[in-house]
Amino acid sequence: MWRTFTDWLASTPLSLAIQAANWAIPSIQTIHILAIAVVLSSMLMLNLRLLNIAWRGEAVSALVARFVRPVWLAVVVLLVTGALLIIAEPGRSLTNLVFLTKMSMLVCAIALTLFVQSAVRRRPVVWDAPRPHLGARVTAVLSLILWLSISVAGRLIAYGGAVR
Amino acid sequence: MIYRLCEWLAETAAATAIRESAYLFPLLEAAHVTFIALVVGSISIVDLRLLGWASHTVSVRKLSEEVLLWTWLAFICAFITGALLFISNATGYYDKVPFRWKILLMGLAGVNMLVFQFITYRSVLSWELGSAPRAARVAGGMSLALWVGVVVFGRWTGFV
Repeated sequence: MWRTFTDWLASTPLSLAIQAANWAIPSIQTIHILAIAVVLSSMLMLNLRLLNIAWRGEAVSALVARFVRPVWLAVVVLLVTGALLIIAEPGRSLTNLVFLTKMSMLVCAIALTLFVQSAVRRRPVVWDAPRPHLGARVTAVLSLILWLSISVAGRLIAYGGAVR
Repeated sequence: MIYRLCEWLAETAAATAIRESAYLFPLLEAAHVTFIALVVGSISIVDLRLLGWASHTVSVRKLSEEVLLWTWLAFICAFITGALLFISNATGYYDKVPFRWKILLMGLAGVNMLVFQFITYRSVLSWELGSAPRAARVAGGMSLALWVGVVVFGRWTGFV
């Protein structure tokens, strides 16, 4: 049943149009990679502060304002470009185990980032402390692992196998 | 002559191992793209500040001190993974036009950075808090453009 959906998607005008233009998929992928650059570097900066490795002494709430806002803009770009890539090659992505793993990790990463953003807003005094509390350090490590794994998984989709 | 060097590199044990392994090349590639993303993303934080487009309230010096260490670490890792990917098919990559453009743009980005670091940045104490002087804005803009170009040609290399 899922196959009929992906087959149908692959036959839609939009899908055919993207598949037909040689430059389309590489260009969409390039924008996708640049948006990944925004997410990874922004989250790296914030998480390094939460681990007290960089930006020491800076208020976490200020860093959240500076670095998390661009993340959400970049996520929108990633969702749009990602959707176009799926539409162009539905069978290659939607039945791919690596792709499904990446999407699961993405849901977790977004939830975790939303949590940090709201926690910092609710209790800034705790999060702005010069030496981060255990919760801050744990979320920082989890966040780094998730976002980096998502990036790695993205490239590995091309080599992944179909879900049986 | 360079072609002979590429042929020799492609025959090394490391190159052969990467080429013949089912998982080494994909993993190196995935790591390579991730490290490049970290280079481009982190350097654009500084570039956007130089251009006056973001982080206006932060001193250029402070931003550079906090960010650029990570740019360099990511670059070293991107370079190592890139070199390993390259040798696995040295003559093939040497022949690809988009790959040559990628290396050229990276070289130009390096020159741009050196000029900025050793000439323009010398006077940073006098402009670190406000708008940057024209030379710094140009350096920031060129850096952004060159690194985006590296990503474009890098992706293109995989398609030819």
